[in-house]
Amino acid sequence: MNRRVTIVDYGSGNLLSVRRALECCAGEVTLAQTPEQVRHADRLVLPGVGAFAHCMALLRGLDLLDPLKEVAARGNPFLGICVGMQILMTEGHEFGKHAGLGLIDGMVEPIPTLDGDGGRLKVPHIGWNALGEPIAGRWDKTLLDGGLRGGSQVYFVHSYAARPANSDDRLAETRYGGQAICAAVAKDNVVGTQFHPEKSAEAGLDLLERFLGW
Amino acid sequence: MLRIIPRLDVKAPNLIKGVRLEGLRVIGDPQEYAVKYYKAGADELLYMDIVASLYDRNNLANIVEKASRDVFIPMTVGGGVRSVEDAKTLLRAGADKVAINTAALKRPELVREMAETFGAQCMVLSVEAKRKPSGGWEAYYDNGREHSGRDVIDWVRQGAEFGAGELLITSVDQEGTRKGYDIELVAAVTQAVDLPVIASGGMGSVSDLTKLVEQAVPDAVSMADILHYERIGLVEMKAELKQAGLRVREIEP
Repeated sequence: MNRRVTIVDYGSGNLLSVRRALECCAGEVTLAQTPEQVRHADRLVLPGVGAFAHCMALLRGLDLLDPLKEVAARGNPFLGICVGMQILMTEGHEFGKHAGLGLIDGMVEPIPTLDGDGGRLKVPHIGWNALGEPIAGRWDKTLLDGGLRGGSQVYFVHSYAARPANSDDRLAETRYGGQAICAAVAKDNVVGTQFHPEKSAEAGLDLLERFLGW
Repeated sequence: MLRIIPRLDVKAPNLIKGVRLEGLRVIGDPQEYAVKYYKAGADELLYMDIVASLYDRNNLANIVEKASRDVFIPMTVGGGVRSVEDAKTLLRAGADKVAINTAALKRPELVREMAETFGAQCMVLSVEAKRKPSGGWEAYYDNGREHSGRDVIDWVRQGAEFGAGELLITSVDQEGTRKGYDIELVAAVTQAVDLPVIASGGMGSVSDLTKLVEQAVPDAVSMADILHYERIGLVEMKAELKQAGLRVREIEP
């Protein structure tokens, strides 16, 4: 099987880390900036840093929204990372309400700044956090079904979190300030991680390795 | 979860270490140490270019670019960053966050520009704090040589308002002395602002660290000397911290 992977290069944040991590896993990386390049992807990685609406505007400006949806509909492995995961959802509520790609039903909302006991919670949520134990069988044959397990620690940096409408699409959670936060979403070939696999040491490389073999 | 962050002070092309940010000694090849710390379970790495050689040959960006091939944890990079463009150079080389001290003191608006351009999570306000004879701390720059006249607590509050996403607090008095962190300093900062705080400077033993965490509650701690001179390894350090009841990331077998 080939190990080709296309990273969408649309001006959001730093692709280098994602590229290096995929190369470390023997991925053959190409960058895509045009609709044509995106349509040709065997596997697609959609990174994202910054505000939800800003990322969507950049993609729209490059006419990449339809090609992205086509790749997802075609069934090719599709991985969104951080804000790249958030824009997989229907709608984001950062600086107003904005439509996302709508590949997974649900909203992206701010992480509450109070914990369960009314204490102050630092937002953004920055740092390593453990994935919760999955519902039995939920991770089977997904990107998390490899080196990762409940308790695996991965690296997060975010102020907003996805709330999938359908609980089946909620692949993994983490706990922050006593509340469950969505750590990964998945629907068929489309997967998103709120955490950064490219910055999550061996646990993250395991996930990317699995993506390249998917 | 407490983040453990090895600090790599760099005078390109070498990893160096000083005392109170002065009297620098060459330790070795920064890449070798970065990979070693990554493999031993460092949660992030912190690179500080102590001569601000952003545009020299063998510069900081090259060191970071090389590290990005082998190190898959977050990297914060600072030293000599004067503008959004400078920051972009480091981010393109593989840095995840950029630490700024001098340029922010001279023009605090830079903090806002950084946060607006790259997001607050990318903007680490680096503060070199030195005790004032009259009490409290003053913010210094140029490796603790030049004083700004600004009170550290006022300055970190202002930095938070300008949109800094994280604070790196280095005690100039304690740095490189192995005499323990400046606990009062870190406690004063964590009480003053809601931002994540990285405490740096003075770790001589694991108990210095546990004392700091118990009394001042930083989000992350940074250390150099104790690791570079192999007075303890990261694996052993984390095991001792866990034993002491702190939550730290463990490497999976």
